[in-house]
Amino acid sequence: MGRCREYLFGYALLAPALILLAVFEFFPLFYGLYISLCSWRLGCAEFIGAENYVRAFRDPQMWQALLTTATYSLMSVPVQLGLGLFFAYLLFQKVRGRELFRLVFFLPYVTSTVASAAVWSYLYNPDRGLINTVLGILGLPQPRWLAEPTGVFALIARGFGAELPAWAQGPSLALVAVFVYTTWVFVGYDITVFLAGLGNIPSELYDAARVDGASGWALFRHITVPLLSPTTFFLSIITVIGTFKAFNHIYVMTMGGPGTATTTASIYIFRQLYEFNRYGYSAALSFILFSAILVLTILQNRFAGRRVIYG
Amino acid sequence: MGRSLELPAARPAEVRAFRLRPPGVRFVIYLVLVIGAFVSVLPFAYMVTSSLKSYGSVITNNLWPWWPFGNEPIQWQNYIEAVQHTGWDRQWGTWLMVRYFANSLIVSGVIVAGVLITSVLAAYALAQIDLPGRDFIFLLVLATLMVPGELVLVPKVVMMFNFGWYNTYLALTVPFTVSVFGIFLLRQHFLQVPRELFDAARIDGAGHLQYLLWILVPLSRPALVVIAVLNFIWAWDAFQWPLLVTRDPSMRVLAVGLQQFMVGEGGVNTHLLMAFATMMVAPIIVLYFVAQRAFTEGFLSSGIKK
Repeated sequence: MGRCREYLFGYALLAPALILLAVFEFFPLFYGLYISLCSWRLGCAEFIGAENYVRAFRDPQMWQALLTTATYSLMSVPVQLGLGLFFAYLLFQKVRGRELFRLVFFLPYVTSTVASAAVWSYLYNPDRGLINTVLGILGLPQPRWLAEPTGVFALIARGFGAELPAWAQGPSLALVAVFVYTTWVFVGYDITVFLAGLGNIPSELYDAARVDGASGWALFRHITVPLLSPTTFFLSIITVIGTFKAFNHIYVMTMGGPGTATTTASIYIFRQLYEFNRYGYSAALSFILFSAILVLTILQNRFAGRRVIYG
Repeated sequence: MGRSLELPAARPAEVRAFRLRPPGVRFVIYLVLVIGAFVSVLPFAYMVTSSLKSYGSVITNNLWPWWPFGNEPIQWQNYIEAVQHTGWDRQWGTWLMVRYFANSLIVSGVIVAGVLITSVLAAYALAQIDLPGRDFIFLLVLATLMVPGELVLVPKVVMMFNFGWYNTYLALTVPFTVSVFGIFLLRQHFLQVPRELFDAARIDGAGHLQYLLWILVPLSRPALVVIAVLNFIWAWDAFQWPLLVTRDPSMRVLAVGLQQFMVGEGGVNTHLLMAFATMMVAPIIVLYFVAQRAFTEGFLSSGIKK
């Protein structure tokens, strides 16, 4: 085969993938930017420049949605990573049936989000859900979970007969319930990644420290935590991005409600698109959300990245 | 590639650390792990058991209405009723649920096949042929990983209307028949195959295509399985996109069908909804236990649940 024919053949092999990537990844990026600058009705009805963006920045609901997303993110990162590391550390001890435990913990992550979210919304059912039935038997209060827009701190305070000011209400119970579901889904993934990270720490370090008389906690604090920091950093970024993208389970469980209690940014964008057909506006919102993610990731890199130790 | 991702074997140091622990601590460790496993499985257990109970037993939270604690027979007919409650698809002359299942299988199947084909071809060109501009092309391919799906959602929906693909299988499949992760993984695999093999095949008269199909593809089976399994899961789980680009009930995939069932008919018939959910989850769980190694490797190396 001649040189030229071989090149042609090579490009022909690349063509399907490259064309698909160009059409469905690269082009939409610019097309989306264009749409966001238009008043869009089946086409660019009117080129309105930055108007959609200006409108977005003046839209209190968008800020509310971003705040909800940030709250969701802020709850998820420490709890998911903490639980993930906790279970991974337990499993890393010589535990019998470790592989079976890990398989089971990983199960929620691999099964269909829509199906498991549907199941959970029945577990959360205020009147006849499993959770409230058990709470009822135990004589505990039965909150309304996904249907409760009130903040959790406010609910707790109310239990003691106190009322909290608006700023101290805390995240809505509905959002917390969604977050509990998300934790259930993702902890298995965090465990698996942490286990791989733990396996990469050389055991000689532990031996040496032990010879010097270090106890279990000191080993964990001064060897495991620092040497695991690249894994922790990776997971925290993945988790933040994941919470900002979260859509399927929230839509299935609450559709963003009650009211706007669980309307995260991605839900808000979706509703602008799906319910109101505001193509230009939702495209602009997408760019704003992406900028928010980008800034967060850069900040994370700046501040947390410095504390990462690459063994 | 798999080696480095494998779970670490217990090392002597850990064994010793563990033996030093008093039995009480060991008991607590197992207790915590068992509770964790219980919580992981509970919603699935609730789903499957509820799907086999009468409506009354589900809403009164009768955990075990069957022998020996109750006298209810196992309600297998819930599954039939769930199928019937989804309604009738006139286009194919079958229950809509059958249609949802078929749609999910068609969509996932086409996506997996498409991803495998485009990835194998592209990865081969990138690994084996000394193309001018090859490194630049590879960088360009990798760069698309940085384009977040959310950002291109709106324009992609608009494009489906422009192409006339709205409410068709094309919209559900074609945009997902390429995978940067797949190309990347396979390229790595192909690069690890010694060049001598290619030269030997050449001498025996094999061209590029024969070498790729007869030698490289069989050698790369583990990677192909990982790519196939991951893309199958992603396709089976897809919800937002199918919801946006389809209109007719007959074009729904299982995830959309389930959500629509939940906000409609199934909202009151919890036992039927659970039967529906069980049917949707069952293939994935079976696949998981059959190919669990591919799952772990895939999710670890791809990094993200799509």
